[in-house]
Amino acid sequence: MSIVEKFLNMEYGPALEDPKEALAWLDRHARRFGHFIRGAWQQPDAGEYFDSTDPSTGEPLAKIAQGSASDVDSAVKAARAALGPWQALTPHARARYLYAIARLCQKHSRRLAVLETLDNGKPIRESRDIDIPLVIRHFYHHAGWAQLVEKEFPGHTACGVVGQVIPWNFPLLMLAWKIAPALAAGNTVVLKPAEFTSITALAFAEICQEAGLPAGVVNIVTGDGRTGEALVDHPDVDKIAFTGSTEVGRIIRKATAASHKKLSLELGGKSPFLIFDDADLDSAVEGLVDGIWFNQGQVCCAGSRLLMQESIAEKLTAKIRARMESLRIGTPLDKAIDIGAIVAPVQLDRIRRLVDQGVAEGATCSQPATKLPGKGLYYPPTLLTNVHPTSTVAQEEIFGPVLAAMTFRTLREAVELANNTVYGLAASVWSENINVALQVAAQIKAGVVWVNCTNMFDASTGFGGYRESGYGREGGREGMFEYLEPAWFKNAPRLKASKPASAQEHTDDDAGMPAIDRTVKLYIGGKQARPDSGYSFPVYGADGTLLDEAPLGNRKDIRNAVEAARKAEGWGKAAAHNRAQVLYYIGENLSQRAAEISARLARVTDEKQAEEEVRLSIERAFAYAAWADKFDGAVHNPPMRNVTLAMNEPVGTLGIVCPEEAPLLGFLSLVLPAIAMGNTVIAIPSETYPLIIGDLYQVFDTSDLPGGVVNIVSGRAAELMKVVAEHDDLDGIWCFKDESAGATVKALSIGNLKQVWTNEGRAIDWFDAAQSEGRWFLQHAVQVKNIWVPYGE
Amino acid sequence: MWPIRKSVWRHRTARGTHGAEHRGGEHRDEDHRAEQHHAEPGLDAGAAYAYLAGRALLPNRGLPLNLDQVEDIQVNTSAAERRAATLVTRRTVKKEWQAAWLLRAITCMDLTTLSGDDTAARVQRLCAKARQPLQHHLVEALGIESLNLKVGAVCVYHVFVETAVRALEGSGIHVAAVSTGFPAGLSPLAEQVAEIRRSVEAGADEIDVVITRAHVFGGQWQALYDEVAGFKQACGPAHLKVILGTGDLTTLRNVARASMVAMMAGADFIKTSTGKESVNATLPVGLVMTRAIREYAEQTGMAVGFKPAGGIRTAKQSMDWLALMKEELGPSWMQPSLFRFGASGMLADIERQLEHFATGRYSAEYRHPIA
Repeated sequence: MSIVEKFLNMEYGPALEDPKEALAWLDRHARRFGHFIRGAWQQPDAGEYFDSTDPSTGEPLAKIAQGSASDVDSAVKAARAALGPWQALTPHARARYLYAIARLCQKHSRRLAVLETLDNGKPIRESRDIDIPLVIRHFYHHAGWAQLVEKEFPGHTACGVVGQVIPWNFPLLMLAWKIAPALAAGNTVVLKPAEFTSITALAFAEICQEAGLPAGVVNIVTGDGRTGEALVDHPDVDKIAFTGSTEVGRIIRKATAASHKKLSLELGGKSPFLIFDDADLDSAVEGLVDGIWFNQGQVCCAGSRLLMQESIAEKLTAKIRARMESLRIGTPLDKAIDIGAIVAPVQLDRIRRLVDQGVAEGATCSQPATKLPGKGLYYPPTLLTNVHPTSTVAQEEIFGPVLAAMTFRTLREAVELANNTVYGLAASVWSENINVALQVAAQIKAGVVWVNCTNMFDASTGFGGYRESGYGREGGREGMFEYLEPAWFKNAPRLKASKPASAQEHTDDDAGMPAIDRTVKLYIGGKQARPDSGYSFPVYGADGTLLDEAPLGNRKDIRNAVEAARKAEGWGKAAAHNRAQVLYYIGENLSQRAAEISARLARVTDEKQAEEEVRLSIERAFAYAAWADKFDGAVHNPPMRNVTLAMNEPVGTLGIVCPEEAPLLGFLSLVLPAIAMGNTVIAIPSETYPLIIGDLYQVFDTSDLPGGVVNIVSGRAAELMKVVAEHDDLDGIWCFKDESAGATVKALSIGNLKQVWTNEGRAIDWFDAAQSEGRWFLQHAVQVKNIWVPYGE
Repeated sequence: MWPIRKSVWRHRTARGTHGAEHRGGEHRDEDHRAEQHHAEPGLDAGAAYAYLAGRALLPNRGLPLNLDQVEDIQVNTSAAERRAATLVTRRTVKKEWQAAWLLRAITCMDLTTLSGDDTAARVQRLCAKARQPLQHHLVEALGIESLNLKVGAVCVYHVFVETAVRALEGSGIHVAAVSTGFPAGLSPLAEQVAEIRRSVEAGADEIDVVITRAHVFGGQWQALYDEVAGFKQACGPAHLKVILGTGDLTTLRNVARASMVAMMAGADFIKTSTGKESVNATLPVGLVMTRAIREYAEQTGMAVGFKPAGGIRTAKQSMDWLALMKEELGPSWMQPSLFRFGASGMLADIERQLEHFATGRYSAEYRHPIA
């Protein structure tokens, strides 16, 4: 075709990135990779390899080692051996290594980008302009945390050996999100990349060598799900960090339940993309391009659920359809391509199946006339309208370039629809009215909310979800906490397994006036409630005497308590100042009743402990009253014109299984920070002295604590905590009992993947405020929501 | 949809109102040729003035002012900037395609001289360059003799209109005159209107006017509408290019609203800048204006042209702007009938790039004849 013809056509023509250098790099490795263990390449023990292919052509790129349990074991041993020397380095020395890694990623940026595109199928524009620059930024940013870790996180220590399992959608970026904070905090790492996309992780291994990173600090073991399983199950791993599907997240939660592995999960999403009638519609449509047609829609936080105000729906969908026509689909190495290849046949099948199902359920499917390339794995950008909340495509994560559109009438309905999902990863809100945008942002249950923008990421800003989108944050200060633990806690002694109190021979030597019978009841919705069972159970004193009978709560009482707690959620929206007032009042009323509470408590503990518990409880009430309006969020500074508000939001409704060892102080040390941050609570008091309910509800009732904010159900803790752990309408469970209790609640929490926090079977000194009061508790009582607000006029 | 045979513009030139008839005729040929490849099946190829997503469009005849529509316009600055920034990273043109695009950029140029020290000789020199923007050896090397390549128009002050008309006779190149007290646009309305009439009478095919920016700041849309409508009437058959002075308007929302009012008032083109403001044509401003053009076309079936002016100096920039037009509006807006660059200096860089394409060696600016 002559230049004249091209002049007349004004087509783009091909603009291919030359993969020569990247392919030469693969050739230098003879297109065959072992694991990266102890700073060197190590062939797999079983000698098994599999192909990694280019999804745009089906051509194999390289042979990748299939990791076995023994390969994983070798890597974990290497990481364990490297841990001591790595931690012995100064923070500055660790910062130098991270800085060197950042520099080297920059130096090899194009090779990394091309390898990523070859292996994953994403457009070179994205790997070049988004993935790799974010990788570099992540290491720079965390070189900073490495430098500052001792000063900024005093009293904390690294988790130890961290096992990390990452997905195929942003292979190197997810590696950076995992490795950078882990190393900055002083951990050593065994990372398993996704089997479809291992190559850039292996290129990164070479960068670690080039940076002179001490052997064993970073180990990379490749392989499929079995390799990941071996890593998750390895007994000498201290923490697991996983990004991937909710389904696998559940499996990992269960598999690690009986261990003390710290766990962070970044899972799936079905993120709402809300467009109000006063939005800049053309910009919102571009937002969708960046939201659902970025990386072929294979993005956990993709804006896959479009919610549009009814009045603009027709106009907007016309604009979306027109925009889809101009998206260019084709070979990912073409620099002028918007949509590349789907990572693997299995994923393409999933997309097709779900779209077919959507259409079968009544959705109208719009796709552009654009022709797909003849070979390779491609799927066109797709808009599904006539979709309802009941539709499969509105509920299930498709993980493809498919947008499911629905309408709303009012702001209230928009929020209701947005939150009508088991996920809570991200949301995008489009309105030119800041009141509307921030009101919606505040009400959406999601870890990230983008106002008039979408899919913005930065190392300074935490990323992670609510609900079944997982827990923990990656990026920023909040992300660093995932790789740190309070130093005292890591070394705390094991708690002895608790024995239920039992009847002893006793004599009733009180021959005087009979006491007035005092019936302690459950406390639900601000009211004393008789247990559903109609049974009570005996409570014995330290000397074995029968003190009284406590109500025997059952699953129905827990159900009622959860309902009451949900209804009381307005507490979380109340001004922190008001919550502080209530907490002070609790302290005041405890003080008024100190003598009687202490006297009763002394029957199961002893006088000294009872007095101390009451005294410290009053102090604790004051401490959390003080904290209530001071545990602030932050404003992050990503490198763009924007404020990112990191807001501390309450986790929601929490089940709290209280410790045995300090019936009053242990209870309040957990419940007070939870309610200070705006959570509502279902507490299971110690079995040793459940009668404390009687004192607590009198204190709460006289302290203006709204009904339902704290609900107390006594009974057989081992049974009740199972009901709590399994309850799908609870957002979290804290369990501070013995080791087996912790394992039980972790395993049972997987129904809705509620956040779990336990003492890992360790003893906490409730009488030492350094351990039992403060930020550590508050951090667990909140989840960070990052609201991105670009500005400019 | 709109059964029009020929554009208003062509009617005028066919009548030979103000220029040689074959000038108009040549333009018609070029338009026709360029339209053929994207004419939609089932539509009379070459019959429509322009197409937007397959829909045939008429030239702009204006509309009554619709204030609700103007005030409903929203532009989110950060989002528009983001789109503009990534649009140019999403699209690139290489090799022969790049050469073709650069040639297209030349045909869309308004070669301009608007200096206080302009003379007739200076204008004649510019016109000579307009007729022959590329050296013969380059034309041959590229194999584009058949394109008879020339720029879109020559743009001068009123006093040089006749000079330019004479110098361009027989070339088919339009003469554009800046008018209405350019660049401030603050002379009395009667004088502005008289100035337009004089330029049209002197043979100008196109009139570039400047709006009163104060109307935009004050939200006096009726006043802006009346002003532009008055200019349009004074233009008669000549094409009206309305300069918004976007660098002065401060917000993209103002740019979008002013664009819409100017189109309703009958503008044939909307143009970013005089080239004299401190901020000239930027891609976000261009994005907002092209989106306004699209919105107007979708609602009315009428096509308005776009002219970014000022600050565009490189061959790379010319391709970015063409890509913007292709992405946001489509191929009809990659032709001189609906797209112009107000950028004289850019030609030298394009010549150097084409030389590099043809010879494989990097060229120097002095090796190409100046305008």
